[in-house]
Amino acid sequence: MSFDVGAVRGQFPILSEIIDGKPVHYLDNGASAQTPNAVLDAVRTYETTGRANVLRGVHRLAERATDAYENARVEVATFLGVAPMEIVFTGGCTAAINLVAYSYGSLLKPGDRILLSELEHHSNIVPWQLLRSRAGIEIDMIPVTVDGRIDLDKLPGLLTPRTKLISLAHVSNVTGALIDVGAVVAAAKSVGARVMLDGAQKAPHGPIDLPSLGVDFYVFAGHKAYGPNGIGVLWAKAELLDAMPPFMGGGSMIGRVTFAETTWAPAPRRFEAGTPPIGPAIGLGAACKWMRALDWTGAHAHEMTMVQHLMDGLQKIDGARIFGPAGLQNRYPVVSFMLDGVHPHDVAQTLDSFGVAVRAGHHCAQPLMDRFDLDGTTRVSMAPYNSRGDIDALLTGVRHAAKTLR
Amino acid sequence: MSDQLYQDRIVALAKAKTGAGKLAAPTKSARRDNPLCGDRVTIDVRLDGQGRIAEIAHQVRGCLLCQASASALASVAVGQDAAGIAAVRHDAERAIGREQGEAAEPFSAFAPVAAHKARQECVLLPFEALKDALS
Ligand SMILES: Cc1ncc(COP(=O)(O)O)c(C=O)c1O
Repeated sequence: MSFDVGAVRGQFPILSEIIDGKPVHYLDNGASAQTPNAVLDAVRTYETTGRANVLRGVHRLAERATDAYENARVEVATFLGVAPMEIVFTGGCTAAINLVAYSYGSLLKPGDRILLSELEHHSNIVPWQLLRSRAGIEIDMIPVTVDGRIDLDKLPGLLTPRTKLISLAHVSNVTGALIDVGAVVAAAKSVGARVMLDGAQKAPHGPIDLPSLGVDFYVFAGHKAYGPNGIGVLWAKAELLDAMPPFMGGGSMIGRVTFAETTWAPAPRRFEAGTPPIGPAIGLGAACKWMRALDWTGAHAHEMTMVQHLMDGLQKIDGARIFGPAGLQNRYPVVSFMLDGVHPHDVAQTLDSFGVAVRAGHHCAQPLMDRFDLDGTTRVSMAPYNSRGDIDALLTGVRHAAKTLR
Repeated sequence: MSDQLYQDRIVALAKAKTGAGKLAAPTKSARRDNPLCGDRVTIDVRLDGQGRIAEIAHQVRGCLLCQASASALASVAVGQDAAGIAAVRHDAERAIGREQGEAAEPFSAFAPVAAHKARQECVLLPFEALKDALS
């Protein structure tokens, strides 16, 4: 019954590479995850047996390409428990949020309010600031607790009748905290606001049943979810997509074009102007299928065992402090820490010399760093293929940094 | 490669903290941020009548390389004007391999950074802040 890490690792060719004489201890999955053979094979099959443009050709390669592309949409929809026609392929997670900010945002009126949190990634802050300059909307911020969670006790006091959208990270890319979606949705309903979740850090940890969450918009990035770069997903309820104007104009998104007037194609094509990232979408479809086949009960338990092992190890290092939830409840395997007297970049650089890849810095969450007056953190972000050996190598590196750099 | 980055001389420069702190009455101050990594350097200078540095202090919120560079810079800055500091900068650029030639003390200590492109801005950030303070 126990989770077989070795079997998962074996599906990721990069994990058996030796680089500059060192094994790959990849603990920077929150920035970009690695990709399994199933995804590489799907992309290769498209490129070598079905490469053509989609939607526009009658020849058989075009048909193969279109089928594979639309099948990827079905795979992503199945992964999220929604209808394929509600899945919009975008260039990435950032592109998906910008799409919503631009298109849904254009339906908002000056004085309408958007509610974010202090721990959001810049990609869930800046598009709303652009909308604010364009359209005169207002932005409110939910504060964060000392253990790195969005403080939902403060949520009711921040809601107003003008609050139209609450947009929050499903899982924090800095602290790993999982948000209580039910509480957010219930609060939003009380003022008739919509809810968007930034699922960039949640999607890599298994299938999500969006209908049961009761949210209105969901976005995530392919490259963090074992898929290729250059692909992201926006899901929105059909009624919302139908009401939203296009974000970009071009081919494939139109009904009929004349110089006097152009009508729009129905969603999702309305939001997929031009030739889409076909290979990356096919790869993401394969990644979603791969994730659906994984034993996530076992994988999650394994990931949390690794988090505990990491926390136990850090606790024994003088001056190492975790920024984020101390327990394993309602959290995912993203762990930020500080090492007193050593800058996070120096920790990360030292870890690199032990073959350990982590991210250090502000993690595109500067408001959060400012709030807690942090120079940044060192972030360990895990995937199901991470082993005890990865964490042990990391702990050895942190101990070395503590010994030599302060 | 990065095994050798934090050599004793760089660590010693950072730990020396030469010039770390603030001046009570600076003639000029400037702050520089590196938006990519979040490093931040604030430099205070007191200038004499000829525009030469009489006193210098720096506050670094940044990595060891940035701290070591600020410390090295402070150790040679007194008595220099803007042109003198520009000359010192060439030394730093030579040390990290951005310019041809041998770097002199103390910046020769930064030679290992030549192999770490992503970290070179960390060494140059104190120079950027000081340039602003002197302009
Ligand atoms: C929580 C969160 N949101 C959004 C993004 C943006 O993703 P991308 O840069 O792939 O568009 C990231 C990734 O860095 C993230 O962690």
